[in-house]
Amino acid sequence: MHRFANPARFLRLARWLTLPCLVAGIVITAAALAWGLFSAPADYLQGDSVRILYLHVPAAWLGMWGWGAIATASFVELVWRHPLAAIGARAAAVPGAFYTALCLATGSLWGRPAWGAWWVWDGRLTSMLVLLFLYFAYMALADAAGRDGDGTSRIPAIFGLVGAVNIPIIHFSVIWWNSLHQPPSISMGKSAMADDFLYPLLVSVVGFTLIFAGVVLARMRAILAESQAEARLRRKAMSEDIA
Amino acid sequence: MNTGGIKAKHQRLVLVLVALAALLGAGLLAVWGLRSQASYFYLPAEMAANPPETGRAVRLGGMVEAGSIKTAADGVTIRFMVGDGKARVPVIFRGIVPDLFKESSGVVAEGRIGPDGTFVADNLLAKHDERYVPREMKDMTEQQARAAVVETQ
Repeated sequence: MHRFANPARFLRLARWLTLPCLVAGIVITAAALAWGLFSAPADYLQGDSVRILYLHVPAAWLGMWGWGAIATASFVELVWRHPLAAIGARAAAVPGAFYTALCLATGSLWGRPAWGAWWVWDGRLTSMLVLLFLYFAYMALADAAGRDGDGTSRIPAIFGLVGAVNIPIIHFSVIWWNSLHQPPSISMGKSAMADDFLYPLLVSVVGFTLIFAGVVLARMRAILAESQAEARLRRKAMSEDIA
Repeated sequence: MNTGGIKAKHQRLVLVLVALAALLGAGLLAVWGLRSQASYFYLPAEMAANPPETGRAVRLGGMVEAGSIKTAADGVTIRFMVGDGKARVPVIFRGIVPDLFKESSGVVAEGRIGPDGTFVADNLLAKHDERYVPREMKDMTEQQARAAVVETQ
C-alpha cells in the first residue's frame, strides 16, 4: 500500500493504466449491452422491459461502490494522512454521482412499465436519492475546501465517512422495510436470476467497473497535475517578489 | 517519521474507529426508530391486527389471491383479495390496472379502508419478486421454472 502512496510512482502506474481501463471498459460494456439487448431472453413476466437491468443494476452497484471508495479513501486520509487518498476520494465523486443518477433514471423508466409508477417514496428509492444528494454535497464541500482552504481540510473526509452510513441502509432497505422494490436477486453466491440474465449482467458490471476505474485514474492525474501547476505558479510568483 | 509520529497515527486510527462505531450505532438506532414508519405499505396481517382509521389514506401490500379477481358488470371495476398467508383483505378498484397486475403476484394498493372493511383503492402498483426467468421457460409450470432457477444457484 505504502509503495503506491508516492505520487511519482503512482503517476507512472496511472499513466500506464488509464487508457487500457477505459478502452477495455467501453468495449466490454458495449458487448455486454449488445448481449443483453439482442441475445439474452425476455423475462416471463416483464417481457423485454427486463433488458434495462443490464444498465440499471451495474449503475446501482457502482453508485454504491463509489461511495465505498470515497469512505475508504477518507478513512486512509484521516488516519495515515496520505495525500493521494484525499485526491482519490475527490476523484471518485463525479463518476459515483453519475452512476447513481443513471441508476435513478433507468429505475424510473423501468418502474413505469413494471410497477405502474415513475417514482414511489419507498425505502430503496428514497435512500438511493439521498445518496445522489450526498454526492452533490460531497462535491461542493471538496470543491470549497480545495479552493478556499490550504488543501489540508479534513472536512470532506469526515463527510465521506459519515455519508457511508447510508450504504448499508440502501442495501437493507428492501429487507428491513416493506417496499415496492423487490429484494436483491443476487446475494452471497446465490442468484434467483436465471443464468441467461446473470452472465450478461456480470459482464456489464465488469465493464462498468473498468470505466469507473479509468475515470478515477484520469481524474486523479488531472487533480495532481493541477496542484503541481499551482505550486509552480506560486513558486514563480514568490521568486519574482524576491527579485 | 519518528516514534512520536507513529503514536499519533495510532491515536488517529483509534479515534476514527471509535467515531465510526458511534456513527454506526447512531445510524442503527435511527433505522430502528424508523422501522414502522419507513415501511411503504401495511401487510394484511398488520392491517387486521391494527386497523388504520376509516378514511385515512394508507397503502396495502400483499399477494393477489389466485382466482379472486372478479370484474364487475361495468367492466372497469374489479374486486380481489389481498393476502399474506395470515390474513386477507378484500379490495375494490375502478380503473386501469398495471400490466404486471396478476393473480398470485404482488400488489400495492393505495387507498383507504371503507366502512364495510373493504379496501377502496385509488391506485394499484404491481410488485414483482426477485426472480427472473426467461420467457422460454414460461410454458413450464411455475414449480418447474422455480426448480430450474434454483438449479442455477
